[in-house]
Amino acid sequence: MAKKRIVTATINGREEEFLCQPRQTLLEILRDTLSLTGAKEGCSNGNCGACTVLVDGRAVNTCMVLGVEADGTDIETIEGLAPGDGLDPIQEAFLGNAALQCGICTPGYIMAAKAFLDENPNPTEEEIRFAMAGNLCRCTGYDKIVRAIQEAAEKRAGQPASCQKETV
Amino acid sequence: MRDFDYEAPTSLADAVGLLTKSNGTARPLAGGTDLIDHVRTGRVSADLIVDLKKIPELMVLEVNDEGLRLGAAVPCYQIYEHPGILEHYSAISDSSNIIGGMQIQNRASVGGNLANAGAAADSTPALIALSATVVITGPSGTREIPVDEFCTGPGQNVLESGEIIVELRFPPRPAHSGSHYRRFIPRNEMDIAVVGVGASVVLDESGENFVSARIGLGAVAAKPFYAQEASEILAGQPVNDETIQKAGAAARAVIHPITDMRGTEEFRNHVTGVLTERVVKKAVERARG
Amino acid sequence: MATIDETKSAEGSDETPKYKVIGTRPIRHDGADKVTGRALYGADIKVKGMLYGAIHRSPHAHANIKSIDTSKAEALPGVRAVATSADLPEPGDKIAELGEGSVVLNHLSSNNLARTKVLYKGHSIAAVAADNIHIAREAASLIEVEYELLPPVLDVMEAMSDEAPVLNPDVRTEEVATGEKGDKPTNVAKRFLFEKGDIEKGFAEAKYVVEREFRTSTVHQGYIEPHVATVLWNNDGQITVWTPTQGTFSVRQQVAELLDVPLARVKVVPAEIGGGFGGKISVYLAPAAAVLSRKSGAPVQLVMDRADVLQATGPTPGSYIKIKMGVDAEGHLTAADAWMAYEAGGYPGAPIGAGAMCVFSCYDIPNGRVEGFDVCVNKPRTNAYRAPGATNAAFATEGVVDELCGKLGMSPIDFRLLNASKEGTRRIDGVVYPRVGLVETLEAIKESEHFKTPLTGKNQGRGIGSGFWFNAGLKSAVTATVNSDGSVGLLEGSTDIGGSRTAIAMQFAEAIGLAAEDIKPAVVDTDSVGYTDVTGGSRVTYATGWAAYEAAQDLKRQIIARSAELWDVDPAQVSYEDGHVIGPDKKACFKEIAVELSAGGEPLVGRGVSNHNEPGGAFGTHVVDVEVDPDTGKVDILRYTAAQDCGTAIHPAYVEGQIQGGAVQGIGWGLNEEYWYDKEGSMTNANFLDYRIPTCYDLPMIDAIIVEVPNPGHPYGVRGVGEVPIVPPPAALAAAIQDAVGVQMTELPMSPPRVLHELLKK
Repeated sequence: MAKKRIVTATINGREEEFLCQPRQTLLEILRDTLSLTGAKEGCSNGNCGACTVLVDGRAVNTCMVLGVEADGTDIETIEGLAPGDGLDPIQEAFLGNAALQCGICTPGYIMAAKAFLDENPNPTEEEIRFAMAGNLCRCTGYDKIVRAIQEAAEKRAGQPASCQKETV
Repeated sequence: MRDFDYEAPTSLADAVGLLTKSNGTARPLAGGTDLIDHVRTGRVSADLIVDLKKIPELMVLEVNDEGLRLGAAVPCYQIYEHPGILEHYSAISDSSNIIGGMQIQNRASVGGNLANAGAAADSTPALIALSATVVITGPSGTREIPVDEFCTGPGQNVLESGEIIVELRFPPRPAHSGSHYRRFIPRNEMDIAVVGVGASVVLDESGENFVSARIGLGAVAAKPFYAQEASEILAGQPVNDETIQKAGAAARAVIHPITDMRGTEEFRNHVTGVLTERVVKKAVERARG
Repeated sequence: MATIDETKSAEGSDETPKYKVIGTRPIRHDGADKVTGRALYGADIKVKGMLYGAIHRSPHAHANIKSIDTSKAEALPGVRAVATSADLPEPGDKIAELGEGSVVLNHLSSNNLARTKVLYKGHSIAAVAADNIHIAREAASLIEVEYELLPPVLDVMEAMSDEAPVLNPDVRTEEVATGEKGDKPTNVAKRFLFEKGDIEKGFAEAKYVVEREFRTSTVHQGYIEPHVATVLWNNDGQITVWTPTQGTFSVRQQVAELLDVPLARVKVVPAEIGGGFGGKISVYLAPAAAVLSRKSGAPVQLVMDRADVLQATGPTPGSYIKIKMGVDAEGHLTAADAWMAYEAGGYPGAPIGAGAMCVFSCYDIPNGRVEGFDVCVNKPRTNAYRAPGATNAAFATEGVVDELCGKLGMSPIDFRLLNASKEGTRRIDGVVYPRVGLVETLEAIKESEHFKTPLTGKNQGRGIGSGFWFNAGLKSAVTATVNSDGSVGLLEGSTDIGGSRTAIAMQFAEAIGLAAEDIKPAVVDTDSVGYTDVTGGSRVTYATGWAAYEAAQDLKRQIIARSAELWDVDPAQVSYEDGHVIGPDKKACFKEIAVELSAGGEPLVGRGVSNHNEPGGAFGTHVVDVEVDPDTGKVDILRYTAAQDCGTAIHPAYVEGQIQGGAVQGIGWGLNEEYWYDKEGSMTNANFLDYRIPTCYDLPMIDAIIVEVPNPGHPYGVRGVGEVPIVPPPAALAAAIQDAVGVQMTELPMSPPRVLHELLKK
């Protein structure tokens, strides 16, 4: 058995240290070791986006990242998105637009949308649809999700710039 | 997943040492978007995974008078956003922008896509069109080969035990040149190419005649390949529908398509011609600026 | 989005709204949990001391099992238990009634852990529990099975032939009308026959007759959450199952039957459910996990990956359908004939009955005949998928209707308006419609901005299609617990798959005179609420909503009686209106009286149950504009509008969401989704890369027009919404493709290679 590694990463702003077998994916570490079950396993091969989190500001499918690769990175998961007791504008927009039905794709969608809007704060519908194609939803037909992301972009644009992450 | 060990060397020499020592059961890791899935499903076995992303040579990305140097582990998002690549090597930008979704592009590399040697790899036809040279390092030193010779069959390549791709080198682009990669997929994103065509063209000063062209085809044979006849047919010819249709027909003549879950033989045959014409036209448009 | 309310428009628009809560769009009660990642879905449930399981699955599509050797798996360090079918009781020939249908227990048991045969690739054979998932998977791969290979049969027509290999030696053809059974082993499990009028005479009266054959591929529900079950078999024999399911009580019954234990010994705790669409009703993992738990003494979690989901859980059938229809010179349908064969998968149970009832459901036809067959093939056992059986049927019927319209030179929408089913229409299977809203959906489409906007581009086309689904009633129970401050908790047995907590709470709130936000709905386990049938059949908003309405009525009765006592007046002098209890000289709102009654007396608890079966069938009509690439056969959707009669829209945003989501599933079915098998019966696209469900980049916005023709069989006029919208899309797309490039597509999916093939033939 390959020996376990000690991995250190900043997760939702807090430095975390965890033991990790090389064969464990980052998704398994987040869900089983760190109890951050917001990232979901939908396809196990990078096609559905349900396991999306941000690593160093960029959206990745954690089912296709090894836990050991996370050493030294800055990770943001759905659990760290909402400020205090409120919600992030993207989360609010998903609720306000009824952009979820079963909700299993929602955490991944919201994190992907965040990464996308951080980079492209004022997207067209076409740009949203192109960027979000790696996140599958089987319930909504995407209409309300796209509208929610459009609304979130507008809301974020109305916020002071300090609230927005710099473009990577 | 089956048990394996993991190392992340910071030098080429260490990486080659690790890969050589473990006698072929070691696998190099760049973005992992193929490897991790293949190890999970048991399609590929590994006792050791060697992460190459901490090696500076594999993360090089430079465009200058000598051409383009593209480190093998550079993720797609850095490629398609790069102004020098967008301007001079747009076929590579086209490929990198459509390999998987955003999450895949943040990890996957062109070097990995090539090394995986899939018949339908999206970047390889673009590399062929742009005359890439593959720089390979291994236990017996460094060698360079034209990208057309890299893949040898489905999932097969020329890499010997312990060898890795370090970078891809591209010659500088002449004036009045343009390139494009496009694939046919059933959906609008997230699919594997059913037919993939990369083309680069060089026009004369008037923009009305082809000086030369290179067409790379994917998903229509056991490996991506340089469509020599289709490319040469364009050289010295005027830019018009008739010439371009001839190239399309020549491309169709050299493919060996199969029927599978992505498309039929009939479909691949027909669409190879259609797509070749469309891609050459777009490359011409870019060459004309 | 437009809303057409028949009652409102009839009575004028300046009146006060009919409802205070119904028709509004409150934020769903479970919303915060679901956007913060806190909601616990199946695989998020981690029970203390839990082991991880894995399944050994058949690599073959059809084989006899000669022996199973688990010794190497058992010897692997970290393995705690191994289970095979030998650990499940012999079910004999028992048939279990599961509320929404019956099942031969031996088939269900063998589908969970194969007994003597494997009937499809991916068929579960043995299960392992170990200290972690990696050990469990390795152990599962060490199980050795000796097979006697048998030829697979994958095509429904081939499977019906006398030469076909027979999958199940116990299956005999049942004539559904008479209950008679054939005497020889066969793959044909059932034959349906419906007849009406004189079909010969009907066709003789026709001016035009069109007959066509259609084929549709096997497709999957494609929910994003794979199946998972976590089970503890406690030391006292009590079994707890944590699982995402459409029906906790159905899981309880299936587990109890398969393990042969009393219902009361099984408790099913619903996890949040990540999509189902009919596919999360049957059990696949819980029985094996229960056995593993009993053997290991620890809770065990079994979870599928995507390949398991596609290869081993309920797809919906591929089918062969032949349709013949005739019209007279004025365009009236005179006769219709359908012959339909649906793939059941490994075990009987294709939704052919529903398909046969739906095939001509949109049309008033005087003479007709429908014959349907349930046929076993070496594919996973099929399960319900959103209006099961109806989409295949509509694709075929609407294709012939479109061709008839062409012969008549009549617009497809006017043809449908002329022949539409309406109140009093008798379907071929004999059912007479109550007040239904097909005509209204057709009119809504005809009047829509979309339909009135002409197409201008080359290779563009427009198509329409209509569809029907019965909807279901069945049993539901709700308990309303009133808190001492007048807020209310609502305990429900319907698992919430798309916002139904809120739709149920809204009906309760409307009835009692509170705001939706005053109600706290909770989906609870099978020990904590009365029996409730599955979240399926588009029944939850209708039936559990009705139970919530009844719980409110129960509370009102109690409040009236106890207020009368409190105020020392005759109960006949007390009434409950508009959220207030009103006595001769006193009036109190719900909260005030609830506080007072709670402080001074027994707790206020309301009980509501329903078992009504007038769910009001529902219709939808869709219009789609496409552009077809004539050189590649690729179909791009330019614009899409779906109109549907939903009775009364309780929460319009979630009604729109159901319509949009169903339409897009239908689009996926129509254009790209299919099971792709090699000759050995192995599915070669068992992943989300090559099983191509639509991404957001494949679609435009989906306009939903809510048509409200209230269901007379519900206190608020609710009809089910969820299933109808998947029915019309493939038919509408086929019509649009025909309009765009002049080829008639008779096979699903209408993928680029198929469309190009037709174009090249032209």
